[in-house]
Amino acid sequence: METQTRRFKQNAREAMADGQLAQALTRLGEGFPLRRAEAIDRLPEFDQLRDAAKAIKDHTLAHLDLYLEQYESKVKEAGGHVHWCRTGQDAREKILEICRTVGAKTVTKSKSMIGEEIAINDFLEENGVAPIETDLGEYIIQLRKEPPSHIIAPAVHLNKGQVEDTFRKAHTNLDPARNLDDPKSLLEEARVELREKFLHADVGLTGANFLIAETGTNVLVTNEGNADLTYSLPRVHIVIASLEKVIPTLEDTATVLRVLARSGTGQDITVYTTFCTGPKRPDDLDGPDEYHVILLDNGRTELVGTEFQEMLRCIRCGSCLNHCPVYHAIGGHAYGWVYSGPMGAVLIPGLIGIHEAGDLPNASTLCGKCETVCPMRIPLPKMLRAWRERQYQRKGNSAAGRWSLQLWAALAKRPKLYRAVTGPLMTALAIFGRKRGRFKWLPLAGGWTGPRDLPAPQGDSFIAQYHKGPVGAVVRSKGQ
Amino acid sequence: MSGREQILGDLRAALTQSNDGARRAAVAKRLMTKARHVIPARGKDAGPAATDRFQAEAERVQATVARVASLDDLPGAVADYLAAQNMPAAVRMTPDPRLRAAPWDTTAITIAEGPAQGEDTAGVSHAFGAVAETGSLVFLSGPESPTTVNFLPPVHIAVLRASDISGCFEDIWSRLRADRQNAEGAGRFMPRTVNWITGPSRTADIELVLFLGIHGPKHLHIVIVDDGDDGGQTG
Repeated sequence: METQTRRFKQNAREAMADGQLAQALTRLGEGFPLRRAEAIDRLPEFDQLRDAAKAIKDHTLAHLDLYLEQYESKVKEAGGHVHWCRTGQDAREKILEICRTVGAKTVTKSKSMIGEEIAINDFLEENGVAPIETDLGEYIIQLRKEPPSHIIAPAVHLNKGQVEDTFRKAHTNLDPARNLDDPKSLLEEARVELREKFLHADVGLTGANFLIAETGTNVLVTNEGNADLTYSLPRVHIVIASLEKVIPTLEDTATVLRVLARSGTGQDITVYTTFCTGPKRPDDLDGPDEYHVILLDNGRTELVGTEFQEMLRCIRCGSCLNHCPVYHAIGGHAYGWVYSGPMGAVLIPGLIGIHEAGDLPNASTLCGKCETVCPMRIPLPKMLRAWRERQYQRKGNSAAGRWSLQLWAALAKRPKLYRAVTGPLMTALAIFGRKRGRFKWLPLAGGWTGPRDLPAPQGDSFIAQYHKGPVGAVVRSKGQ
Repeated sequence: MSGREQILGDLRAALTQSNDGARRAAVAKRLMTKARHVIPARGKDAGPAATDRFQAEAERVQATVARVASLDDLPGAVADYLAAQNMPAAVRMTPDPRLRAAPWDTTAITIAEGPAQGEDTAGVSHAFGAVAETGSLVFLSGPESPTTVNFLPPVHIAVLRASDISGCFEDIWSRLRADRQNAEGAGRFMPRTVNWITGPSRTADIELVLFLGIHGPKHLHIVIVDDGDDGGQTG
């Protein structure tokens, strides 16, 4: 997908004017957080598990080169191949090369954010190989030629009626008068349509939630069963994964799995958790003859050793999106690329550059909810601030923005000047706002007062009250 | 320079401020010790308690569970289930010797062996084990256990010995390492595929409403065989 991150402000405005999207986002904002909370209530050890999961990933990232070498050697021992790809282009070409070697016409695909990141579908199609998304949400958005709007619920922005329209347009072989009122009939139609594709695909392309160094295994975490039909039926299984997915042992994986689904969908564990190691064995009755892993960098090594390294702990559970007031207001498409929400606002500038995605880290209230719910304890607000600093350093903000920040800094660093300027201002606001208690409009503050009122100041400032001394409670003790 | 050398070179440049020998030793130790981390209390059951928890957790995620006293009762339990679901008396079965040994000729069920085909209506396979913590079944691929039987037919009937139910995921890994030491060559114990299955297939991709049975089985029926060994699997 071509990045649209520069259109963020316009995208966000359009998204907020979309009533249907607002309904979908309300459903998401009410559903996922509630289910997460219920799942965590059933697991008193959840916070201990988060600490353990964080420690596992921190250790892995500090030894990433060594674990990648170990992982590669184990994949080879099992008869598989590892292809190290520096860029999305390298990865696309390698995947096409494997498809061509086996004369593949169709490729079934289970949901992969790395597949979205490198836009593999468009590339295969341009080169005469038909990619077929099999996750229901991904299938729907592939038919609509849309990017995912959520990392674990790609079609969450759509309603049932839109899915019905999409199916009627795509499945022209079926009776146009068929009844699709019941969502179950949509599911059944997708099941039947995709069943044939599973049985006849030449190559199965999956992502990976983890790559286990101990055994050379890729882990797939799904609910529908499409991933399992994707890797078990075709002759070739290609795994596309970014390199930070590596994890040392099976025990480490068990720990991280305990926090993954609970944080995302609120399930204790997803329906299918699958561990694939190499191609089918000589006497196996099914499974692929060839097993390839596309190990993608695409800018991640550049984050190692920087203040953004902790972002590489992310396990893509979606919890930060599910709890983010900004995501709830604008949805995923507004962010302009395949990732969105707080993790997207940190990761996207890391992968494509802050000059391309400068608006994203600024689209945050820094309320901190994302860090509170992150199973890997990633300090997302701290990193959003770090991107803002970098943007300022490289003069990426507008002239007006820089000017007002400088003015603010000059005031904030001089307490006496600050009080001399803000004191009369607050007094004036208090006087003018005395009648209504709030302002519907203020000069130079239209951005704030547009969607809401500004409360008028009440009484003295904190500093003024502080200097007056304690009222009731002791706030400062002197000379004791 | 190849992608591999570039990537590893960049990572080393960013990470190797400290002693490289110490880093290698830390990695070797971790891979050797395979340390367990936090095991939740609900993953520490064994014996009958583990079996009960497994059943409760599996039913919580919409699997159905039947218990039989021995493998002799398995064909009857399968026949009853298929009849209750109004399904044809035909199954695709993995060529597992334990399943084959059951007295299928006492029923009218037609059995086909081998990997699943698109037209199969029900699959029967034998689990390697199960995890009480989450109600998950564990299957291994192999010559006697083709993976597709667990996924392609719309109904999956899983046979599980009570003595194979573990408390937690880690117990399954310990058992796998012990049972299959070098099964795949020196030091290699992982089969092509290990599948943890927790309930029937589902999706909430349309308006976040949960529906069962999209690509995988619509029904998961678990037959627990009480094989008398209630020692359970503990770590």
